Amino acid sequence: MASVEAHSKDKSHEMGLHAEQLTGRTQQRFFSATEEENYTYPWSYEVDIDNKAEFDAADLDIRAINLKIRELMKAGHGTITVKNPGAFHSLGVGILNRLNLNFEGSLGYFGCGLIDGPNVRISGRVGWSCAENMMAGTVVIEKNAGSLFGAAIRGGDLVCKGDAGARVGIDQKGGTIIVGGRVGAFTGFMMQRGRMIILGNADDNLGDSMYDGTIYVAGNIKSLGVDCVEGEMNDLDRQWLSAKLALYGMQAPNGVDNMKKLVSGKQLWNYDNLEPTEKKLVL
Amino acid sequence: MCGIAGLIHRGKSSNIGQEMTQMLQSMKHRGPDSTGFALYGNPSNSQYVIRFKVAEQDEMTTGFDIHRQVQEREELVEARMQEYGATIHKQEPATAYAHRYTFSFDGDLRRLADYIEDIDSVEILSIGHALELVKDLGDAAVVSEQYALGNFEGTHGIGHTRMATESDVDIRSAHPYWAYPFNDVSVVHNGQLTNYWTTRRELERRHHRFTSDCDSELIAVYIADRIDQGDELEEAMTRSINELDGVFTYLVATSDKLGMAKDVMGAKPMVLYEGDEFVGLASEEVAIRSVFPHEIDTWDPYSGEVKVWQV
Repeated sequence: MASVEAHSKDKSHEMGLHAEQLTGRTQQRFFSATEEENYTYPWSYEVDIDNKAEFDAADLDIRAINLKIRELMKAGHGTITVKNPGAFHSLGVGILNRLNLNFEGSLGYFGCGLIDGPNVRISGRVGWSCAENMMAGTVVIEKNAGSLFGAAIRGGDLVCKGDAGARVGIDQKGGTIIVGGRVGAFTGFMMQRGRMIILGNADDNLGDSMYDGTIYVAGNIKSLGVDCVEGEMNDLDRQWLSAKLALYGMQAPNGVDNMKKLVSGKQLWNYDNLEPTEKKLVL
Repeated sequence: MCGIAGLIHRGKSSNIGQEMTQMLQSMKHRGPDSTGFALYGNPSNSQYVIRFKVAEQDEMTTGFDIHRQVQEREELVEARMQEYGATIHKQEPATAYAHRYTFSFDGDLRRLADYIEDIDSVEILSIGHALELVKDLGDAAVVSEQYALGNFEGTHGIGHTRMATESDVDIRSAHPYWAYPFNDVSVVHNGQLTNYWTTRRELERRHHRFTSDCDSELIAVYIADRIDQGDELEEAMTRSINELDGVFTYLVATSDKLGMAKDVMGAKPMVLYEGDEFVGLASEEVAIRSVFPHEIDTWDPYSGEVKVWQV
């Protein structure tokens, strides 16, 4: 079992947690289910990734499915496959453990919220608010996602290979969100940090009121939101994009060189310090 | 919160009563106050079906002398229909306070509807060649059983499971709403309209009638008004995106079409499955899964999007 003692205060200094100034620390670490040192919860289960289990959720309710996952983790299973999740809500939530979790089917609302560590793969679609407040790990969705995809995520990689709905990455605080298709209105609304990669088109008000963070778009942008401006792509962006997309077997339709980079104009950042006349100009 | 659902079978009939019941029951958690169905059976061009109620459900247990009164009201409906030249072919009581008549009529449908609704406590739920609109208190399973919808054959339908927020828990505030006086047009809605009163006053000045204080009724009346002014269904729905203010996703059905519209903020959910023979829409995917358990591709329509499907 991972222990708290294994992680001294020195480690958080070493990781830059104390000195960080919105530099996107979470981008620099790629979590892996085999990196035991990343898992610090004393109540996390000792699991063996090669110890596999699967069960059919067709006749189970939401609570029973989530309990079954925990029972299997407790028994040491590090790779769990859930068949027929039936688009139920709130499945796979609150998992603070290293784990390979596969859902064969679709999830409803709030799937995989508040997770810290697992690598999740969903073969179907996910409903609203998938991976909300996710802290670390990876979640890969093979089909489409609903609105509020990755709301307020703090770390890890969240990947949708299809289209996503409105307000993708609202209030994103870290990590990376990748969408293979189009995204809906108000994507990146009030984004605070982290990165987002959109390989399709973006609907109205992209990056509205974003404080920080970066959005990369390969397709057409219907309109930018307030205080979202085009940034300048550099080699670091291109290298990072290529490396990140390659991790998930994805690529920009016209190459990363032709992607657009969107950042905060920082006009709203000090909103309260502006004179009333300046506020009018900003809005 | 509320949940809405719709389905359409292209080119064939199915047991849509059972299918809609399953879809709505799977979203019971979105609101069990009342449930409504607008089901489209095989249309008869020569005959209409009218569904009407003569009292609210709770009046049947609390109203003084209510059983005599509901009988009198129903007799009055029958008398007024005959007085206006309608030939009633079949009378079926769905409940003690809700009825279904089949009738023939060549005259002005609006005048007939107004004359019927002039009777105290009588409300027409729907009139149409194909539409049968049923709504009552309780979840989908309760209402479906009460009105024997389990074997309803038809091509398409919409439904609603309600969490009352803006108005009372009663049948008049339940969805779907019939787009009076246009036969076969019905609406269900999830959301809140913020320009309800200003738009309602405009529509009332053009002699449209409202039976409730529920903001969702406004959409039905708005669509009716636009059709009255010559809009096609899709045109009316597209116009509504800019003219109705607030957050909304709504479904409209006519005798041969099913449409959906989503506000520009995309603030209310809608999941869509579009197959060659079947289209299913619902606030949650779990509703579509209740009739299509096997793996299918579903997605969220765009914000501000309007889509219309033909039977």
